[in-house]
Amino acid sequence: MMRLPQFRYLAPGNVDEALGWKAEAGPEAMYLAGGTDLFPNMKRRHQTPGILISLRHVPELRGVRENGAVSIGAAEILSDVAAHARVRADYPALAHAVDSISTPILRNMGTIGGNALLDTRCTYYNQDLQWRKSVDFCMKRDGTVCWVAPASPRCWAVQSSDSVPVLVAIGAEVTLVSTGGERRIPIADLYRDDGIDYLTKRPDELLKEIHLPPADGWRAAYRKLRRRGAFDFPVLGVAAWARLSGAGVVEEARVVLGGVGSHPIQAESAREILLGNRLEPDLVRAAADACARSARPLDNTDFTLSWRKEMVRVMVARTLGDLVP
Amino acid sequence: MTESLLQILRRQQPEATAGKVLGVLRVNGEELAVAFAPHHTLLEVLREDVGLTGTKHGCELGECGTCTVLLDGRPVLSCLALALETLGHEITTVEGLATPAGLDPLQQAFAELGAAQCGYCTPGFLLAGKALLDAEPAPSRDRIREALAGNLCRCTGYLKIYEAVELAAQRMRGSPMLREPS
Repeated sequence: MMRLPQFRYLAPGNVDEALGWKAEAGPEAMYLAGGTDLFPNMKRRHQTPGILISLRHVPELRGVRENGAVSIGAAEILSDVAAHARVRADYPALAHAVDSISTPILRNMGTIGGNALLDTRCTYYNQDLQWRKSVDFCMKRDGTVCWVAPASPRCWAVQSSDSVPVLVAIGAEVTLVSTGGERRIPIADLYRDDGIDYLTKRPDELLKEIHLPPADGWRAAYRKLRRRGAFDFPVLGVAAWARLSGAGVVEEARVVLGGVGSHPIQAESAREILLGNRLEPDLVRAAADACARSARPLDNTDFTLSWRKEMVRVMVARTLGDLVP
Repeated sequence: MTESLLQILRRQQPEATAGKVLGVLRVNGEELAVAFAPHHTLLEVLREDVGLTGTKHGCELGECGTCTVLLDGRPVLSCLALALETLGHEITTVEGLATPAGLDPLQQAFAELGAAQCGYCTPGFLLAGKALLDAEPAPSRDRIREALAGNLCRCTGYLKIYEAVELAAQRMRGSPMLREPS
């Protein structure tokens, strides 16, 4: 058996209690939501918190709130998010992305907040303790060198969430809470281009809610590249978002790439190409070429590097094609 | 006042409960007083503390599905669930499928159609299949493929498993042409 390291288990009943206990316990404690990312990491000794603060009994973190738009509690279970009637009707790209996470069984456990905060991944990191020891540990845990790019001063572990590219593309926001109060920021600002320090969230902050923008006529799509139709993390995830005029001209657009950097990459060059033009095949091709130039994947996920880079072009073109009414 | 299950366990087995938590697991319709380490997963507790070894351990990282059990009717990975967090919830393992009247229709169909070869993945498939048929009595082949996408099988190539789920579904709906052989 691959055992979890020992920990103390705490089960707060509300957010204030959770924050208070976290503040008291300090860096030794981690929050536990679905456990589908944290427990494999703990079994492989990537993370070894002495205290787990479970969010399972915190009702404020559950549910989907519907006002003008939609807000999703961070600890809402992935299958419940994907099955929610309003999410399916107004945010089909998000429902599709969530439906593509791992497997239907895992989605009965994992949470939307956990997927938003998913640990970055790398072939030299997501291995058990003995494997990592045998090649000597990497800088993300216990070592000093990045084995993907040994001369690099930074870690290149990869942003591997399916929901994040969509949430960034549609302009979702998040509420972070701490004992000092709440702040609401664009979810795009939650991420940082560093494989180790990949979140701007402070350790004392808890992700409380994800706010989706009103579905007022924009369109979005998500496509995922992976070896198998289930289980696998995205080797590339492409989210596209656009607002089209009545005549089909792109008024606003965002293309976000997941799986090819330590943070979700917003392809600014593609946006500039798309703005003010009709979403026709030549334009889609030009935008896809621009994305392929801005994606600089390293050889630290499944598939060969050159093919992954080439597939950026193909997948962006297909995803933009999905936006054509 | 009558003694609770937990009080009896604490009185009878003080040595076995040291350093452990005591809880009542509801497994296959029975309430079981169990002493277990608080950092152990449901998979470990079912196999090692309860003695129900029908639930298999495979990758133990959520990447194979063979440890699947039902939690309140939903398939979950017992290797990634803390036993502590399942207290008070209804757990169904493969041992809970058959009744005194006989095998579950899914088990019967798996046996008849050769949907189990080495058998290591079978408990997980049966439970994922049961959750599907409980929710959808007449799933399409695509729905079956989707619902079983979290369970790996290295022997069958999946086809016989899909056919067995379809046969079980037909029998459960009561199609007279498909009765079990007597």
